[in-house]
Amino acid sequence: MAEYQNIFTRVQVHGPSDMGVPLTPGTWVRQGNPRFNYWLGKIGDAQIGPIYLGWLGVTSLICGFIAFEIIGLNMWASVNWDPVQFVRQLFWLALEPPPAEYGLRMPPLAEGGWWRIAGFFLTVSVLLWWLRMYRRARALGMGTHVAWAFASAIWLFLVLGLIRPVMMGNFGEAVPFGIFPHLDWTAAFSIRYGNLFYNPFHMLSIAFLYGAALLFAMHGATILAVSRFGGEREIEQIVDRGTASERAALFWRWTMGFNATMESVHRWAWWCAVLCPLVGGIGILLTGTVVDNWYLWAVKHGVAPMYPFDMTAPITDPALKPQ
Amino acid sequence: MKLTLSLIAIIASALLAIAMMVRWERPPMVSTQLGYRGLGMVETDNPRRAEVLKALNKPLAPADPATPSGVKASQTYQNVKVLGDLDTEEFNRLMGSITEWVSPEQGCNYCHNPENLADDSVYTKIVARRMIEMTRAINTKWKPHVQETGVTCYTCHRGHPVPQNIWFSDDAPPHALGMSARRQGQNIAAKAVGSTSLPYDPFTALYGKTEPIRIVSQTALPAGSSATIKDAEKTYGLMINMSQALGVNCTFCHNTRSFTGWSESRPERVTAWHGINMVSDLNATYLESLKNAFPVNRLGPHGDVGKVNCTTCHQGVSKPLLGANMVKDYPELAAPGPVP
Repeated sequence: MAEYQNIFTRVQVHGPSDMGVPLTPGTWVRQGNPRFNYWLGKIGDAQIGPIYLGWLGVTSLICGFIAFEIIGLNMWASVNWDPVQFVRQLFWLALEPPPAEYGLRMPPLAEGGWWRIAGFFLTVSVLLWWLRMYRRARALGMGTHVAWAFASAIWLFLVLGLIRPVMMGNFGEAVPFGIFPHLDWTAAFSIRYGNLFYNPFHMLSIAFLYGAALLFAMHGATILAVSRFGGEREIEQIVDRGTASERAALFWRWTMGFNATMESVHRWAWWCAVLCPLVGGIGILLTGTVVDNWYLWAVKHGVAPMYPFDMTAPITDPALKPQ
Repeated sequence: MKLTLSLIAIIASALLAIAMMVRWERPPMVSTQLGYRGLGMVETDNPRRAEVLKALNKPLAPADPATPSGVKASQTYQNVKVLGDLDTEEFNRLMGSITEWVSPEQGCNYCHNPENLADDSVYTKIVARRMIEMTRAINTKWKPHVQETGVTCYTCHRGHPVPQNIWFSDDAPPHALGMSARRQGQNIAAKAVGSTSLPYDPFTALYGKTEPIRIVSQTALPAGSSATIKDAEKTYGLMINMSQALGVNCTFCHNTRSFTGWSESRPERVTAWHGINMVSDLNATYLESLKNAFPVNRLGPHGDVGKVNCTTCHQGVSKPLLGANMVKDYPELAAPGPVP
């Protein structure tokens, strides 16, 4: 077991393939003979399959593929079907949402119609995949925590691409499908609405993002550190602590005066992760609908501090002076 | 299997390292604080580029002073419409300098018909005449921007008959037609906007004043501002172009916590604001007016004339020619001309 004490996964347990718990009778069965992959075993379970797709999975993949093709082919068309430019500029290309003047009406295909269609199929694909996660969890007799965490991400996705554009009255407000274009959109969004960093929900979202990362690091490190005492059996240690749990708890009480428990640390992590896109989505939804300039909002409510600028030669808007 | 993967990893990191060395500038950089501490208002410069910039932006020595002849150019020559009040010798000196600044290889005949110097048949002479008027306008009417440094032909031309940094209304490169989605003026790697995917021709709309540059709300709560995120992307593209043109970052003018707020901005922003207005004015008043003078091969894909933006003069430094004043030796270029 000395091999187990390492920051990388060193142990690959090979047994007979695990075929999973019996399924309730239905139209689909789990398919394929499991295989083992050494390199995947380095970062996770080496066993691949069997796979269960079901009609939700198949429909979701088809919808996702349609969206992917619409986006990809339109990107290719945007460089006049030049294969070299398509590869060179792939990260710059995008399928752009319709111009604002079309409002919520269906624009011509060339003017954002393809964006609407791709957005529709992508949304259907994501929602079907959510349903699939929910159903698969239920089929295994699990709780649905993963599905609800995924739903939080979907909420942010829907706010950006559907709910906020509808509230603003045009789909021109939505995000383009493209690598750099969506990042430029994000920066432009913040600039247009007077600096998103002064949006308190954005602040909360960042806090939960960093919080989730911090908790994950603390928890992962703690469990690895006590695995020599059997600490990886976390779930049973919720009710039967044992020495690994107690050492881990004492370590945190010594170092920061307080400790989570084997149960609570997972609830902390789940909430931090779920709240990140949840409050982020609220922040986006309020932008342009309820607040138009977050910096001025923050000044108004005493959030933004004032700095002692050089007032020996203060400048004013030259457009306000007579020329 | 393991060996193959390791080899692939080694080759990939070697390629990345090479790409890094070719494209990136090595540290250390010199940073200069521009605003109150803690605000990130810092200008970052590569000290190893200083010599390169100096070499690229060297002013030319002025021509030897002329001994006035006492006869006006308009009396000596025919068809002198703009510089007629100049002494003949001063006029000849200026003509020689313009040749040195604009067409050093092509010589006088780039603009003049050698058989008859007064002849207006060469289109470049018509253009040059208008450009002298423009230079005078910049040095008199646009002092809020060019201050006492002023400009000469050399500020933009640098020995090239057509300045190297001009722009045309642009929707290139070509895209597929039919029902395929249009780019809406963005989403290709565009040099004009720093190789970002931002709108690659922010100039036509924003310098043409058909759309406003200001897109940030001036009120905390919505009060009728109709600027869209696409508008913001256009302004953003223009600002990236300015940043590249001047070789500075956003905080040279702005306190980035509030791009729109004037009271927290640096005084340089006022100079830049006058510069934007100057560019709009020069394009509309002087360059567009030459549309019929130019032959077709000098026009852009949409039949418009080459126009100026910040890069045309600045060429990568915050003060063109690193602040060298060339016009002090040519006061005739800073004389108020006849109203156009």
